Amino acid sequence: MILDGKCPTGPIETTWDKHRFDLKLVNPANKRKYKIIMVGTGLAGGAAAASLGELGYNVEAFCYQDSPRRAHSIAAQGGINAAKNYPNDGDSIYRLFYDTIKGGDFRAREADVWRLAQVSNNIIDQCVAQGVPFARDYAGYLDNRSFGGAQVSRTFFARGQTGQQLLLGAYSALSRQIKAGTVKMFNRTEMLDLIVIDGVAKGITVRDMVTGEIRAHMGDAVCLATGGYVNVFYLSTNAMGCSVTANWKAHKKGAYFANPCYTQIHPTCIPQTGDHQSKLTLMSESLRNDGRCWVPKKKEDCGKHPSEVAEDDRDYYLERKYPSFGNLAPRDIASRAAKEQCDDGRGVGPGGRGVYLDFAGSINRLGEHTIKERYGNLFEMYEKITDENGYKRPMRMYPAPHYAMGGLWVDYNLMSNVPGLFVLGEANFSVHGANRLGASALMQGLADGYFVIPYTIGGYLAGIKPGDYSLDHAEVKKSIEDVKATNNKMFALKGKKTVSEIYRALGKVMWENVGMARSDESLKNALKEIPKLREEFWTNVNISGEGGEMNQQLENAGRVADFLEFAELLSKDALTREESCGGHFRVEHQMPDGEAMRNDADFCHVAAWEFKGVGNEPELHKEPLKFDNVHLAVRSYK
Amino acid sequence: MSDHTTNTMNLTLHVWRQKGPNATGKLETYEAKHISPDMSFLEMVDEVNETLIKKGADPIAFDHDCREGICGMCSQVVNGVPHGGQDRTTVCQLHMRSFKDGDNIFIEPWRARAFPVIKDLVVDRSALDTIIQAGGYTSCHTGGIPDGNALLIPKPEADYAMDAAECIGCGACVAGCPNGSAMLFTSAKVAQLAALPQGRAEAAVRVNAMTEALKDCGFGNCTNHYECQASCPKGVDVKFIAKLNREYLKALAN
Ligand SMILES: Cc1cc2nc3c(=O)[nH]c(=O)nc-3n(C[C@H](O)[C@H](O)[C@H](O)COP(=O)(O)OP(=O)(O)OC[C@H]3O[C@@H](n4cnc5c(N)ncnc54)[C@H](O)[C@@H]3O)c2cc1C
Ligand code: SF4
Ligand code: FES
Repeated sequence: MILDGKCPTGPIETTWDKHRFDLKLVNPANKRKYKIIMVGTGLAGGAAAASLGELGYNVEAFCYQDSPRRAHSIAAQGGINAAKNYPNDGDSIYRLFYDTIKGGDFRAREADVWRLAQVSNNIIDQCVAQGVPFARDYAGYLDNRSFGGAQVSRTFFARGQTGQQLLLGAYSALSRQIKAGTVKMFNRTEMLDLIVIDGVAKGITVRDMVTGEIRAHMGDAVCLATGGYVNVFYLSTNAMGCSVTANWKAHKKGAYFANPCYTQIHPTCIPQTGDHQSKLTLMSESLRNDGRCWVPKKKEDCGKHPSEVAEDDRDYYLERKYPSFGNLAPRDIASRAAKEQCDDGRGVGPGGRGVYLDFAGSINRLGEHTIKERYGNLFEMYEKITDENGYKRPMRMYPAPHYAMGGLWVDYNLMSNVPGLFVLGEANFSVHGANRLGASALMQGLADGYFVIPYTIGGYLAGIKPGDYSLDHAEVKKSIEDVKATNNKMFALKGKKTVSEIYRALGKVMWENVGMARSDESLKNALKEIPKLREEFWTNVNISGEGGEMNQQLENAGRVADFLEFAELLSKDALTREESCGGHFRVEHQMPDGEAMRNDADFCHVAAWEFKGVGNEPELHKEPLKFDNVHLAVRSYK
Repeated sequence: MSDHTTNTMNLTLHVWRQKGPNATGKLETYEAKHISPDMSFLEMVDEVNETLIKKGADPIAFDHDCREGICGMCSQVVNGVPHGGQDRTTVCQLHMRSFKDGDNIFIEPWRARAFPVIKDLVVDRSALDTIIQAGGYTSCHTGGIPDGNALLIPKPEADYAMDAAECIGCGACVAGCPNGSAMLFTSAKVAQLAALPQGRAEAAVRVNAMTEALKDCGFGNCTNHYECQASCPKGVDVKFIAKLNREYLKALAN
């Protein structure tokens, strides 16, 4: 089937305004009759729940943490983009649009990206009004910096904690609506199924993580804003609880999963120290503004203290390979380059899995004080984890899984192919194509939540009768029974392996075969290993305790069970996409100089997969991508 | 890690176990073996949990998520001190290199009247959300907002607001306070918004509503022990409590 993204036509500058005008409106007096289920209250879901509540809709919102203030958006460090052009350095909506399309390696929809660039400026204003303490200069103006891959300074930031401050802004708006009674918040509540009645999304089944109660919540529309899935690699920069569960359950109920193979590996993370490791910590790529990446030219220098490696014996490999972008080359390029140096035997630190990020030059030029002011909290974090002082000795970095560009397929209105199911933020696939630029995820989450969904969901709701659902429907009962049965099945196994053991094994298979460099052989190997691990899980896992209480093993087991199914789809998508683009690098498809080689003739499309049963061949649907405004060209950062 | 010791250590843990909110709890003793100094404190607890699961026992329940010191979810009192007492460090960022072979380590939940225990080390901190809901926001609508540079905020004021906004809402200040007061937490939000032109308009209403909620939620009074600041992993300063008091007096005078 050929999918239609329902993008508006006409000159791109007018598309969003025209579309907004064309959308049907819900009568203000009727809004409270419509109930909206919002799963996830990170930047996307929190902003959306607050805005929809304020419009007068009746919102029920859910998160798995003990408070909406803790969603993983909180961990974003570097900043958020907007096309304000305050520094007068040539930025514009068009340039932000252009950079995002090109950065995504021509695998995103033009209209969606244009809209994102257009509303980016409103986001900054909104956050300022909420009291987000963005960095400012002495005259009181908002400060900007340039960030990974951009040649203009369009990134707004709040020290090294931009995500935290933006989320606390959205959380405060949400708190105001909770107080006003328009939003009802359910903390420590995990969505475990989507309820679809006669082909339309009408509710969710959840587990209360404190009491263990399993129950359904019904509504006129369901929104998923449940974040990304890179914890499928086990070790990643995501929080421990991030999972694919909400998306996967929706996929199993009919929602198409788009481009699951587009995963981003972030170039600057603190290297792993041992098998005990439970997660990896990202160091904001803003560090690359003032730090230079290098490895020793000679293998025998790798074991030396970095200060003993002479200047001439250092390979500043990004500056060498990409003279015009240098240390600011986009993430996918910087990550692969780091891996190449380490694979070449010139990595540093434990296991040779690391490259240096050196601040000595900047400290000489600007003084330690300035560097401390810019990145103090990052240096502090680095020292806590590694016990090394980054001011005195170059930091060691290694790439780690970080972000999911893929996600549930949505049309221009952010609605999936299942009517009534909307998907927001990192959970959808929409704007980043095959690679996301730095500081663009926060922008997307807030764009979707504050400025897109409040309009587009109205267009859907205006066409349906409110309250057209019932808890007594057979589908609701079945969903609750299915969730209970799955949990009981897991408890009954009483096997020998812990959930973590199987999860770690999955992570290893994924990182080695489906990580930064993928080949026909490695992907086929993954597709052989994953079902074995799934089989092992469903015959040999051990979960103690009971379901009717707080049980963190059960929570974890459910998430891992979903990753064990999803991993197969991710690998299959990677195998099917016979090209290299953005974060998806197939070793068979590269230029003579090792750069990614796209295949526009055969793969200039979104791959949206339909579920056909666990272990069965999923069905591929394609949405062709058209480029009318940006010339489809080879992406070059040289 | 070239210059690091690879010697592992053996530790004895004394961990608070409590089946549910109404059950009585007690300290149980566990051995933590072959612990690497490069492990984080929570990874050490993970290891102990793995051995418990293998024995068919119930692992220790504890809150955590980001494991990088920013979400505020982790909450353990280690050897009597919330987050373990290392300067500006949450318990998830505490590393085992600050312990030595043979140590006894006591691990307990946050203890405060307003934070009932849910299970083991997990407590209910929803009272902190209630305080924010009472007024920890500016009442701006989505959309229709003037340009972000329309009101200038000189750097010192923006920095002051950011210092206050560092709070991660973990509740260590409450757990560290002999009165179980949430004054530091509340003052950080009051001070942040009072320092910004966007928040000034509602400053009086806000400080009244938030301090009212503080009492209603069962938090104790502040009697200037300053244990809160000592417990705070983000270095939130007690000067914000003074700011709250000033805002409170100003509101009374209005
Ligand atoms: C370390 C780090 C640094 C980053 N730095 C930047 C940066 O500098 N700039 C930038 O633009 N982007 C950055 N990103 C990316 C960006 O932070 C995220 O993509 C973005 O915040 C995701 O927001 P979200 O609202 O989609 O999801 P999240 O913030 O992940 O929120 C997900 C929500 O869904 C809930 N949830 C999930 N599953 C369920 C379920 N089954 N049931 C109930 N609730 C559920 C969670 O409780 C949570 O509320 C960074 C990411 C990381 C990990
Ligand atoms: S003030 Fe400090 S201790 Fe208290 S909640 Fe905030 S971060 Fe935690
Ligand atoms: S787990 Fe997030 S702050 Fe400790």
